[in-house]
Order: sequence, then C-alpha cells, then structure tokens
Amino acid sequence: MTNISGNTSVKISRQFRFQWEEAQQGFVLLYPEGMIQLSPSAGEILSRCQQQTTVADIIRDLQTTFAEADPDELANDVMEFIHEANDQGWLDINF
Amino acid sequence: MTDSITIASDQQNSIPLWLLAELSYSCPLQCAYCSNPVNYPEARSSELSTAEWKTVFKDARKMGAVQLGLSGGEPLVRSDLEELIAEARALGFYTNLITSAVGADAARLAAIHEAGLDHIQISFQGSNEAVNDHFAGTKSFHHKVMMAKEAKKLGFPMVLNFVLHRQNIHQIADMLRLAEDLKADFVELANSQYYGWALKNIDALLPSRHQLINAEAITNDFRKNHKGNMEVIFVVPDYYENRPKACCNGWATTFVTVTPDGNIQPCQSAQVLPGFELPNVRQQSLEWAWRESPLFNAFRGTDWMQEPCRSCPEKEQDLGGCRCQAFLLTGDVNATDPVCDLSPRHSDIENVVASAQNISDLNEDGFSYDINKPNDAVQPLIFRNPKNAKILTEK
Repeated sequence: MTNISGNTSVKISRQFRFQWEEAQQGFVLLYPEGMIQLSPSAGEILSRCQQQTTVADIIRDLQTTFAEADPDELANDVMEFIHEANDQGWLDINF
Repeated sequence: MTDSITIASDQQNSIPLWLLAELSYSCPLQCAYCSNPVNYPEARSSELSTAEWKTVFKDARKMGAVQLGLSGGEPLVRSDLEELIAEARALGFYTNLITSAVGADAARLAAIHEAGLDHIQISFQGSNEAVNDHFAGTKSFHHKVMMAKEAKKLGFPMVLNFVLHRQNIHQIADMLRLAEDLKADFVELANSQYYGWALKNIDALLPSRHQLINAEAITNDFRKNHKGNMEVIFVVPDYYENRPKACCNGWATTFVTVTPDGNIQPCQSAQVLPGFELPNVRQQSLEWAWRESPLFNAFRGTDWMQEPCRSCPEKEQDLGGCRCQAFLLTGDVNATDPVCDLSPRHSDIENVVASAQNISDLNEDGFSYDINKPNDAVQPLIFRNPKNAKILTEK
C-alpha cells in the first residue's frame, strides 16, 4: 500500500478536468474522449483537491462542513478514497 | 465510489453526453476508408455558419453534452476553428480535435491551444512516408510528425490514430515505435469499419485472419515489453467477431452527431437509412431531435426488433448491432446486423471474410501493387475525392 499520510500533499492531475455537471447533478472528471462520474462523497473530496493541499487539511475541512458525521469514520473514508484516486491516476501526489 | 458511463435505462430521458461536430466534409486527404458519406460534396454549399455552430454548442451543453468532438472531413479547413473552440471551452465542454494535422502549423496550433483546446487526436495512414502518403492520397507524413511534436511541446494530451487495413497492417510494430517516439499518450490501432467509402473498397482493405492475429500478437508484445505510460488500443474489424457491436453505445443513448450542413443524427452514417426525414438545426431544435424525432426514437431500446433479435437473451447487450451496417448489407433497417452469427444473412459476412484470406494479391512488401505504380493494382482503391464521389453517386 502506498504510504499516504496526513502530511501528503495532493492535487488533481493535469490529465483530468474536474467540474460540476448540472444535467447529471454531480461532479465528473473529464479526460480525452471520456468521463468518470463521481459519487457525491468523491466529488466533495476532489473539490478540495483543485489546488495543492494536504490530506489533513481536506479531512479538517470536511469535518467542519459535515459536523454531524463521525470524525474518525470520515477521516478513514478520505484516506481510503485518496488511495483509490491515486491508484486511478487522478492525483499528483507529493509524499 | 465511481461509476463509469452507463447506458441510461430511461433512454428518452438520457443525456447526449457526446456531441460530434463534423465542421466540414472538406479534407486535403483522400482516404479510401473515409467515414463521410459517399455523396459528401453535396453538403459543401450549405455548411453551418460560425453563429449556427455556436448555437448548436449552446443547445447541446444545455442538454448536458460534455464531450465535444471537432471533426470533419478536416476541421482545420474552417478558418473559424479557434473561435469555435474558445466558445465550446467557455461553455464547459471538454474539447477534442480530431484531425489529420494538414492545415496546421506551429502558430495555428499555438492559437488553438490559446483558445482552450483540451486534447488533440492526429491520424496517420502508415508508419513511414511512402505508405502514409500513398493511402492518404496526399503528401503529409513529415508534416504530421512535425505537428505531433508541436502538440506535445504545447502540452496537449495526444492520441495518435492509425486506421489499419490489409495493406498497412504489416507496419504495426513501426506504428507503435513511431507513436512512442512522438510521446503519444494513447495510440489507437483501429481497423477500418466497413461503411461508405470503406465498403466500396472492402476487397482491397479487409485484412486476413492471419494478418490480424499477427498484428494483435505484436501489439500485446509491445504492451508487455514497454512499461511507459502510452496506452494502446487495438480494434478488430467487426467482420471477425461473432456478435455485433451496439451502435454508438446504444442508438440515441449517448451520442449525437451534427453534420456540416446541420443534420442531427444518432451516428455519423445514419443518413444512409431510408424512410427518415433527417432533423436539421436550421429547422428543429437539438432537444426535439433527441427526444421527439422519429429518427432518434426508431431504434431506441428493443421494441423495434424482429427475429432472431426479439427473443435473443443477449439483445440488451448488443441491441441488434449497427443499423447502418444491417441496412447496407441486407436492405432491411430492422434486420439483425449480419455480423451476428445468429443472423440469417451471416453467410454474407463469412463469404467476404473467406475471400479476404487469400493474400495472393499482396506482394512481399505487403501491398497489392508496386506502391510507385498504383495503376497496376489488382484491386485499385477508390480514393475519396469529388471525382470518385460523382462516379459513385451517379451509379
């Protein structure tokens, strides 16, 4: 497993364009002749990766926005997603 | 956490995610497998204006279209291409330019980059000058190489597309090397599919099974031994499949094409289907065409099917195959695509495939004639040009 921690710095890869699609009521990642439809939670996380940021900052920001959610569970979800997004090549990562 | 693009089940409420804008049928190349209609010169005098294209883009974007293919013919023949790209980009489209690169120079590519183009796809007709220029019908190889280098310098994601056929498929290893040298992000090794011009030339173009197996093996070796980032896509001609492909991800579920003269179609060749009035952006809205028009509703879903499709357990997967191919080969728009081995007309495909196995027409260089003496061809190619269009249309 890749060594991703709170200090890891992430940003959406230049190979993808991230945007909100009104007709689909969701966020998407666009690439040459293709599109990935993102779930609402994936969209929330990636919308915080449009500028270089750390995983810890993403988690903190989401915990503020979704104060009703269990903070530990939310942190785990974010870590899990960042791993998956990295595997998919959606992110530029600096450890 | 993600879902890939799926075929919407409620098809009339589906979104035309992909808009293919065929900006002009004009093209400096003369490829004998061109996907444009055989009578393409007839659209010349009624091409959409800049303002009309902008309205098409706006309307499609409003319906949820997000991928835009700028194609042709050759889109670079439009002097307003940069303006159209800028408009599309501002509307939120992901813009893909599908080009031969003929008509570009470094300054124009820079202007296109400045206008906001997201991605460029450049076609090659062979892996070297002699073969490329012969099958393109135009001296263009070195220019394409230069433009591909410029495109990478500008930072575009780049797809190189090689259309494969009987007389260039032996170059596949060199094609892959060329794509790698040019730092392509994707390379498509796509066998010609047989409609329009390609169908007229099928005897000279359809590869043998042996050629295909060989080419695919070389491609797989390349994938195994080259650990770079270049993604390689290999597409076999559907004549060698047992099941047809679903037309355009499912008829009128995902794709919409607007032709140079404004016709609104579910695919690039739907104008060959008889009995339909083609919606046109000068008379109807894109939304009406997509949701209400007889053409778009004709083959949505499975209700239109006849046997053997109607009772087939696989009917939802391939949706009866390609309507244009079914019509072109059987004369019946509702027929099962003859590529399917359950089609009563599948033997027609088998006969064409059988005659492609004899490669005695090919010399040791892989061509049906001395490439310097094309008049000696056993099967002369009918190149796509206005003269041949006239001859074929009058037939």
